[in-house]
Amino acid sequence: MKNWLLISTMLMCQAANAGTIVVGGEKGLPSIKQGLALTKPGDTLLIKKGSWYVNNAIVDKKIVVQGEGWPVLHGADKYVILTVTGKGAVIRGLHFTNSGYSSMEERPALRIIDASEVVVEGNRFTHTYFGIHAANSHHFTIRNNTFQGVTRTEQTTGNGIHLWKCSHALIDGNTAAGHRDGIYFEFVTQSIVQNNRSHHNIRYGLHFMFSDNDSYTANAFHDNGAGVAVMFSKKVIMERNRFNNNWGPAAYGLLLKEISDSRILHNAFEQNTVGIYMEGANRIEVGYTSFRANGWAARVQASCAGNNFHHNNFHTNTFDIATNGTLVLNTFNGNYWDKYEGYDLNRDGVGDVPFHPVSLYSMLVERDPNSLLLLRSFMVGLLDKAEKAIPSLTPENLVDTLPFMKPIAL
Amino acid sequence: MFKLAKYVWYDILRSKVVIAYTAFLLTVSMSLFQLEADSGKALLSLLNIILLIVPLVSIIFATIHYYNSYEFIELMLSQPVSRTRILLSEYVGTAGSLTAAFLLGVGIPVLIYQPTATGMALLFTGSMLTIITCSLAFLVSVKAREKARGIGAALLCWFYFALLYDGLLLLLIFTFSDYPLEKVTLLLTSLNPIDLARIFLMLQLDISALMGYTGATYKVFFGSGWGLLYTAVILLAWAMIPLWMAIRRFRRKDL
Repeated sequence: MKNWLLISTMLMCQAANAGTIVVGGEKGLPSIKQGLALTKPGDTLLIKKGSWYVNNAIVDKKIVVQGEGWPVLHGADKYVILTVTGKGAVIRGLHFTNSGYSSMEERPALRIIDASEVVVEGNRFTHTYFGIHAANSHHFTIRNNTFQGVTRTEQTTGNGIHLWKCSHALIDGNTAAGHRDGIYFEFVTQSIVQNNRSHHNIRYGLHFMFSDNDSYTANAFHDNGAGVAVMFSKKVIMERNRFNNNWGPAAYGLLLKEISDSRILHNAFEQNTVGIYMEGANRIEVGYTSFRANGWAARVQASCAGNNFHHNNFHTNTFDIATNGTLVLNTFNGNYWDKYEGYDLNRDGVGDVPFHPVSLYSMLVERDPNSLLLLRSFMVGLLDKAEKAIPSLTPENLVDTLPFMKPIAL
Repeated sequence: MFKLAKYVWYDILRSKVVIAYTAFLLTVSMSLFQLEADSGKALLSLLNIILLIVPLVSIIFATIHYYNSYEFIELMLSQPVSRTRILLSEYVGTAGSLTAAFLLGVGIPVLIYQPTATGMALLFTGSMLTIITCSLAFLVSVKAREKARGIGAALLCWFYFALLYDGLLLLLIFTFSDYPLEKVTLLLTSLNPIDLARIFLMLQLDISALMGYTGATYKVFFGSGWGLLYTAVILLAWAMIPLWMAIRRFRRKDL
């Protein structure tokens, strides 16, 4: 990873020594396509402040396309604006706007196809259908771009950053809003998504399928239609991410479906309808994570096995854990639960009485959502107390035998 | 009318029960806010007090007060004052003092620690529940001649609304779980002021959980401006209708 970053940086330095071709301004060429045709590998194409209608200009050489004063590349609501292919191109400082919409293909403002060692950084994308669409590419970087889509319906709005069949991609420091999915991965491996902010998207902030060995660190996902969804992948690392305010009948902070051998550490879930929803998830470690003010902190369905929740803080969630069966193949030892009422006689910071995070009422709600109406009524409190004294309906194996007395410093 | 209500008010203040009630509420809410690091959790505990203790105290106090001031009422009836006016003054005096006690006891801590929309909603529902249970108490006391029977009926009334009703609702939900019950349950909650107040407050507190599943139906309804208006109107109706029935009964009653 570091190597090819270094290589691409070196390439950029090299490019500065090479020739510069100017488009726009007083002396520059009148069209971007004309400028591109004149460049040789190693050159820089400098686009001055101005506005151009561009219908699919193709960058297929190792050149730097640099904008000065945010030149606007306009897609006339019809076209793909720019296509990058080949090896080593750099796209920087451009403002892409009004790319075309198509119901037949995924039409982006910037297309990266069959490319490698490409760097796309510091660009703006507004009123685009798809922002960046990368396919069959590897070893490329998408950094510090902003994406603002047009919020229409799920069918007529594209994704901010869409990667299909890629590897070794670095997605760093981007902001995506108003799209269908902020960041979308399909068949993407060995890639890193970090320091991005994805918010107010119609569907998911981040969505990935069939993408193994990827890592997602220090991203913020908030106010998305349905939160973050990750499906059918393995060996995924999710660390130091924030999942906030994902509200709605089908919204999750993080939806895990058929995920295995992954690590979810040092994250924060706040005010989501469901913090983490797990279905068919195996051997996932969830640790050092804060769950605060969620409807359900975690819904772990009975189809999950070998998952380990440890060193998490559960604060003011309406329900801490919910499940849909009595079979429990996961462990929940060593967390802090604010609903814990036990004592600690030997003062080792660990409660002496086990804690059952699933209440009878959460089982009732699971069985019939209508009973949510009775939340916080005295009757429900009474039922929960009775169940705690003599457990009968709640899964007895779903237990924290080592609950912490005080919140864990995260 | 207000002159009479003033005397009722003085009488209530002299008995010191309301002062003790204020002090109790103040102590409990203050200590809740101080003990819980999370003010959201303190509000949840306060919610339980408002849904259970406030109606209980209000209904018992109003009933006992009515029977205790029976002689005063009889004296007033010998004067040229209408019966409606006498009962209304009694009601205004009782409900007013209890609401004032609630607003002082819970209102001050809430204003200090949680001066948010949630806190205001808490104060609103608490006051409404006080007023509603007072009118229920008046209806019960006007109907029952004996004091013991009246207090028993008032207690039963509280027991039904605060505890029993939810159990019945739960039973109903599970018995008819195969049917779409959203609208029915919505209607059923309106038949219990304590339930309605609880749901109204829950929408402020547990908003993320309620956004899920059928919760969305309630959120859409109760969370909207119309829902707010609906809640207020129904709660007001719960205060007015029993009072009106009590007055009607009192006017014709052979004392």
